[in-house]
Amino acid sequence: MLAIARQRILGQSFQNIRPAVSVLRSYSSAAKQITVREALNSALDEEMSADPKVFLMGEEVGEYQGAYKITKGLLEKYGPERVLDTPITEAGFTGIGVGAAYYGLKPVVEFMTFNFSMQAIDHIINSAAKSNYMSAGQISVPIVFRGPNGAAAGVGAQHSQCYAAWYASCPGLKVLSPYNSEDARGLLKAAIRDPDPVVFLENELLYGESFPVSDEVLDSSFCLPIGKAKIEREGKDVTITAFSKLVGYALKAAEILEKDGIYAEVINLRSIRPLDRSTINASVRKTNRLITVEEGFPQHGVGAEICASVVEESFAYLDAPVERIAGADVPMPYAANLERLAVPQIEDIVRAAKRACYRSVPLAATA
Amino acid sequence: MALSQLASSSPSRSVNLLKPLLSAISLHRPISTDTTPITVETSVPFTAHQCEAPSRTVQTNAQELLNFFRDMAVMRRMEIAADSLYKAKLIRGFCHLYDGQEAVAVGMEAALTKKDCIITSYRDHCTFVGRDGTLLEVFAELMGRQAGCSKGKGGSMHFYKKDSNFYGGHGIVGAQVPLGCGLAFAQKYCKDEAVTFALYGDGAANQGQLFEALNISALWNLPAILVCENNHYGMGTAEWRAAKSPAYYKRGDYAPGLKVDGMDALAVKQACAFAKEHALKNGPIILEMDTYRYHGHSMSDPGSTYRTRDEITGVRQERDPIERIRKLILLHDLATEKELKDIEKEVRKEVDDAIAQAKENPVPEPSKLFSDVYAKGLGVESFGADRKEVRATLA
Repeated sequence: MLAIARQRILGQSFQNIRPAVSVLRSYSSAAKQITVREALNSALDEEMSADPKVFLMGEEVGEYQGAYKITKGLLEKYGPERVLDTPITEAGFTGIGVGAAYYGLKPVVEFMTFNFSMQAIDHIINSAAKSNYMSAGQISVPIVFRGPNGAAAGVGAQHSQCYAAWYASCPGLKVLSPYNSEDARGLLKAAIRDPDPVVFLENELLYGESFPVSDEVLDSSFCLPIGKAKIEREGKDVTITAFSKLVGYALKAAEILEKDGIYAEVINLRSIRPLDRSTINASVRKTNRLITVEEGFPQHGVGAEICASVVEESFAYLDAPVERIAGADVPMPYAANLERLAVPQIEDIVRAAKRACYRSVPLAATA
Repeated sequence: MALSQLASSSPSRSVNLLKPLLSAISLHRPISTDTTPITVETSVPFTAHQCEAPSRTVQTNAQELLNFFRDMAVMRRMEIAADSLYKAKLIRGFCHLYDGQEAVAVGMEAALTKKDCIITSYRDHCTFVGRDGTLLEVFAELMGRQAGCSKGKGGSMHFYKKDSNFYGGHGIVGAQVPLGCGLAFAQKYCKDEAVTFALYGDGAANQGQLFEALNISALWNLPAILVCENNHYGMGTAEWRAAKSPAYYKRGDYAPGLKVDGMDALAVKQACAFAKEHALKNGPIILEMDTYRYHGHSMSDPGSTYRTRDEITGVRQERDPIERIRKLILLHDLATEKELKDIEKEVRKEVDDAIAQAKENPVPEPSKLFSDVYAKGLGVESFGADRKEVRATLA
């Protein structure tokens, strides 16, 4: 009783404080800060409101409010016919989602993490990605597969893999990976509206991070184009490509490099498939050096594709070999010190950028 | 023809007066449209699991029986022709033939409307035709031509006809079952008052995803009918070697099931009508169709290394679905033997004409390599084998 009274008093005193705070805020350049979680939740909410064909399914998305609270409040708002808790049977429920999309509904299927999507990967690839092609356009599949991807913290080898390269290699899929709240809102809305199957790779560690968003981003009609990367920071000396959490690392690396007089251009890929080759190549033609950054395994990774693309399109512009920063070529270990060694750190990106900048003759000279 | 037979049994005097006129007219007469009910018993009673079996007394009529005969004759002739085309190397890759199983396709269609959905495996040619697919679309697709139902992009295993709610045509064993339950989910979501029939074989019946999808369908009360086309061999493996329990109609456990003579089109019709009514009210139900394929698993399988020729000829003699309907038609004086043979001749010509037309049809334009990768291509680039040589922009 006393506790409630105390809360009420505190609430009132906060209410008294609030006007002052909002006056301060209106003078700042960023209108509002929202977490990536809030961004995803509001995007789902708005798209479900706008289109009755959109529905959600996945483990714990309903009554539990979402394993990571991304779908919080949506069951209450839209009811159990549109927010469906599934049993722990990825192959079965993913197939059901794809079948519903064949009929014309717009499912958003959540994988608690993308590691579990491997149980359903036949439906993602063979039932969803290829159907429009095999049917010569009769059966389109307007489905979104979303969930956290890549390493979290201390969750071990079976719960830490990044699937960007696997899914992005498959024609017929679109693969998106947001970094900040603006990305999360705009890309998820675009994914839900898109008539093709979209794999939407989130990051668990970003869910709680806040980012500034403009009024435009908060508007329910806001949408980002699929297939366009964003230049987060302009520079002239070296291009750094990244997606998801590592965009933040790349930006921090760029700040460190600036102190040494190296101005890095940071590209947030946003879209892994289609890959924005023209933005990447235009940047490399300007800076003449490239570092690709990703969390996933290095072999046959996203960086390998970007490197090949740049070698094919802009070879004459390269003043140094392309550098790849990626996760270590090992299953993810548990011990904290080993885990730290298994994922890229800011100093890895800085080191690679410096390597690229101090080299003016291609490696071939030393062979 | 049949009309004159009916005239003799009909009480109407005006028809009797027409008799001489009718026999004087030598038209290409259409199939009998008489819908006077005829009552037939199914070959065997249904065996039920967790439900009460429907009666083995089926209502039919001359029109339906003659349609069954004709439709199955088309399917039979089409599959045999496909065999020859495959041996002539005009059809490549995989070709899984359905001859022997025709009664399942026609019996099912008789119980459904085109609002109901059907999804099946790669043994899909006849199911497609049952959904109003044309012979030209079949042969052109098999030969990889533009006029194919998938414009040559799919092949034998990937026939689709969305405007008839036929969703393929799937190459991965068992995948079509969760997909079919998804179609049922969507029908319920849209309040369409229609059902989905998801067909699979005795080989696929052991797939885990089937049980996952059945579990969800039962929990969510989806109008899904799972139809096991049990032809007793999963490729070369007999059912008793693959399934600890080959009583597929019982494998749904909490879901009711019915075992049906899949070589009896009327039994199939009765069972499907029963299942549709059940599923709309009470959720998923399993139908096990006891059927048989005369060909091997595919054109690369002679079909005689794991079963005896005696078994195959035995089924052909005792249980052939077309012969069953022929006997029924003759028994009830709905047509003469000659009339039925004429129908078969007509069908053969139809099939030959469609093949000739398909052979003339062009292969897809090279640019079609890049079409339909996406529904919305966003202007992205795609590449051929040598990306410096062949690039395309996806519309």
